[in-house]
Order: sequence, then structure tokens, then C-alpha cells
Amino acid sequence: MTNLTVEAIELTRLYGGREAVSNVSFNLTQGQVLGFLGPNGAGKSTTMKMLTGNLAPSAGSVKICGIDMIENPKEAKALIGYLPEMRPLYKEFTVDEYLTIAARLHRVASRNIKKAVETAKERCGLTHMSKRLIENLSNGYQQRVGIAQAIIHNPMVVILDEPTVGLDPIQIRDIRTLIREIGTDHSVILSTHILPEVEMVCDHVQIIDKGKLVFNGGIDVLKRQRVGNKLLIGFNNAPAPADLLQIAGVSEAETLENNMMRVRFAENTTPHESIVQAAVKNGWGLYQIAPDQTSLEDVFVQLTYQDAAAVETPVA
Amino acid sequence: MILNVARKELKSVFASPMGWIILALLMFAFGTYFLNGVNDYFEVMSGAIRPAERYGVTQFVGQTVYGLASFIMLFAVPLLSMRLISEERRSQTLPFLFSAPLSLTEIVLGKFLGLVAFLSILIVYIALMLSTLNIWSEIDFGYILANSLGLFLLVAGFSALGLYFSSLTSQPVVAAILSFIALFALMILDRFFAGDPSNTLAHLSLMNHFQSFAGGLIDTADVAYFVLFTATFLILTIRRLDADRLRG
Repeated sequence: MTNLTVEAIELTRLYGGREAVSNVSFNLTQGQVLGFLGPNGAGKSTTMKMLTGNLAPSAGSVKICGIDMIENPKEAKALIGYLPEMRPLYKEFTVDEYLTIAARLHRVASRNIKKAVETAKERCGLTHMSKRLIENLSNGYQQRVGIAQAIIHNPMVVILDEPTVGLDPIQIRDIRTLIREIGTDHSVILSTHILPEVEMVCDHVQIIDKGKLVFNGGIDVLKRQRVGNKLLIGFNNAPAPADLLQIAGVSEAETLENNMMRVRFAENTTPHESIVQAAVKNGWGLYQIAPDQTSLEDVFVQLTYQDAAAVETPVA
Repeated sequence: MILNVARKELKSVFASPMGWIILALLMFAFGTYFLNGVNDYFEVMSGAIRPAERYGVTQFVGQTVYGLASFIMLFAVPLLSMRLISEERRSQTLPFLFSAPLSLTEIVLGKFLGLVAFLSILIVYIALMLSTLNIWSEIDFGYILANSLGLFLLVAGFSALGLYFSSLTSQPVVAAILSFIALFALMILDRFFAGDPSNTLAHLSLMNHFQSFAGGLIDTADVAYFVLFTATFLILTIRRLDADRLRG
């Protein structure tokens, strides 16, 4: 494929013998937004540092648009915009000054610098803050400056480490729109702790745990896993599970507290209607029927803690 | 690209009052010494001095001013160089430079050039100030040139060493103290070996090599010493930053 923007090949990073990231491989194509999920200390930031050339991988390689990060770091870095977890802002400068420096260092031609700064400010909603010292900006605005800095040279790949931290809900929405917008013609990798955000913004998800990739796939795969073929039904006079099993398509039924029952049904069947009909006919006193959704948190916890019985409380 | 990094550094020195205050204070000190030098010259030279012991106004005034300058740089450079890398380390801004399309060499050279450019303002100022003597008398421009070059090389050496110590720590104050101690030790090294000037260690002394410039002599051996001194510490700095990337 020609429009492969990021290739990570068996990335491994050792910290004093301990593997912070081990054998992580993935590809990203143009126009994709990749969400990077994982509990604290799973290796998200380390992976991002390796992708941006801030950290040398112990093994494996990174290619940005086919350019090897280790062999041609300058060319590869020119294609990346990176916002680290800690915003790299020089607080003694004004927004304009800082963005001009960022543009200059990212090799924006000098006649285009003014325009690049204006565009970046506009996209991040910073136009009315141009002459303010970064030091005096609020946390959310500083974050926006960080994002503006990452997109100023119109990079092929934008890598954002927890971009929505510290923003208010309206700003978060703006930034999500911005990320989607960038994602249409470039590639975006973002890490986050906020799971619904992944669902909203990303079309590709990776879950990393203890340095290993535990899930890598489209967001639809994750969603399907989430919805599942389950129904949650409330009856006033609950029938025996055996009665429900007789309805075509129902493969499993169990009784829960509060007169609720969980019914699992086979793939490609819709027993909903038959269940309702049976309930009316037998006077089970149906009062509620709804798809039983596993929350994204549950899926996440399942994936990250599936084989670890004795781990501490999961991080949401 | 090196120039862009240097520009950024210069801008950040002048973005706070720090840069301006340092310039103003140092220029005030040099100005006072210059004035005193001229006054003293008239007092001393009008006295009964044997013609053979008389020497020119350039050297008389220049000696005081350049002597002070080399001494003041010992304090000024560590104060200015301390923040170059350690401040960036502390406020976690280094990834900004590392993820820009710059090589480590460019980053280090840019930072070094930025600092040297700032200090060169002082050197040019001193040279201009001494040149004003030319209005009333014939002065020895060669002497000023040699001293300026010597001071420039000295400052470059100081800056390179300061930059290296700045890259070792994330505490600017620690960097300043370390580079001050190192510079001071290198400055007075020749005093320890005053009885044995041919000792190899005595040759490492910065002052020893500055002396010939102070006398108005441009000695290629001394130029080479300062260039090598500067290059060594710049390379050490690059290696130190590279180690960051490799070891994390």
C-alpha cells in the first residue's frame, strides 16, 4: 500500500532489563484516527516517544511514510507533529512568538510562516490570544497552544498524547472535531483515558497492556464486542429459564435479582418479538426489554485484565 | 537550522528582563572601569616615570577593562548557560526540539551560538568603547583586536563548558554552581603550578592561554587550545543528549 503513513515494526523498549514495550507492531494508513488505550504505565507514552524519535527503540523500527526514523531522523521527523503528555511550551513567549518558532523549526518556508501561524491559531481557537504570554494562559488554552504547535507544519502524522486533558467540555468537543478534521486527510494517533472519546473520534483502536498489544482493530469490532447478542428482560412473574429456552433463537437464559432475566441469543436471530409474544400469552408480566450492553469500560477491563487474577483495581 | 535554534535562544534571553539587566549591569561595570582607567592614565603618566617604562593609553586602559571582563565572564557565563538545557529538562520542553526535524548537533550548536552571540554584544561594546579613545589619540587597534578575539574565545570556551554542565542536570542552579567551580578551577590552575610552569597540567589552565591575547598577541597555539576546548565540551554535550535518547 502506498498511503501507509506509520509503520511500527516489532517495537521493543527495555528500561534496565524490564520491557516497557515489547514487540508492538502496527500500521496506520492515511485518513485514519488511531486511538491508543491502556492503563497507566502500560507503555503508551513510551511507544509514542519511539514513534516520534524522542526515544530510540531497543529493537524494531519505525517508518513514517516509508522513511526510517533511525536512518533518516530529520526527514521522518519533518512529517510528524507531536504533542507530548507534558506540553513543551516556552512560557516566556507569547502565543504568536512561540508558534512562529515552532513553524521555523519545523522548516516551514519563511514566507509561509505567518499564514501557517494564523491557520493553526484559527483551527485551535486561539486567534484572540495571539499577544498573550503563554504563562498567563489557562490550562485549557495552553493545551490548545500545544495542539497548534503540533499541527503548524501540516504534518502527515499527528501524534497527540492525551490531548483533551484539562479542557472543559466545550473545548473537548472542539478538539474532537479538530482531530476528526485532521484525520480526514492525515493520520492521527492519540492516547487517552476517556473511553467514550475513543468511540467518538477514532476509527481504529489499540489497547496496550504491560507493554503488549492486547487488541488491535477497527472501532466497529470493539463496538460489536460491546453490544453482544444479549437482552435484559424484566418480568413481574418470571418464568423458569427453561421456558425461555424453548423460544427459537434463545440459547441461554439466566435469572437475575429484581425479577430480571438475561437472555443470550444466537447470531443472526432476532427473538425479541417471539419473547414478547410468549410473555403476553403466558402472562409473565413483561415490563422491560432492552439490549444488554457491556460498557466499554468492561470490554477494556476484560481485555487488559483477562489473564491477571491478582491485579490491583483497574484504572478506568 | 542552527541559526533558527540560536535565534530562539537569543529571543528567550531577551524575553525576560534577565538579559537586559545583565547587559546593563555589565556595561555599567565596564564603563566605570574604562573611566577609571583613563583617569588613572593621566595621573600615572603625568608623574615622574622613566620614558622606557611608559606605555600607551590603549594598553593601559585596555588592561583594566579586559582584565575585568575575563573575570566577570567567569560569573556571567555560568549564570546564563545554566538554563540552556537544564531549564528545558525541568519544564519538559526538550521533546519540542527533539521531535522537530533537527539533529542533536544542530540543537547543541544552536544553543551554543545563541549564548555566544549574546555575550558577543558585550565584546563588541567593549571594543567600541575603547575605540572612542581614538578621537583624542592614536590608539593601537591591533591590541584591541587581539584582546577581543581572546575574550571571544574565552567566552566560547566558558559557554561550551557551561552548556555541558547544563545538560547533565535538570536543576539550573546545580548546573551554574558546577560550571562555576569547573571554570574557576581551570582559571587558577596555573597558580598551583607557578613554580613549575612547564607542567602539563599548567598548560590546561584557561588563564595561561588567555595571557598572550591580553598582551596583544594572537598565538595560534592558544587559538587552537580554545577551539579544541570548545569543541570537546560541545561534543560531550551532544553525546550526553544522545544518551538521553538511547537510555531514556
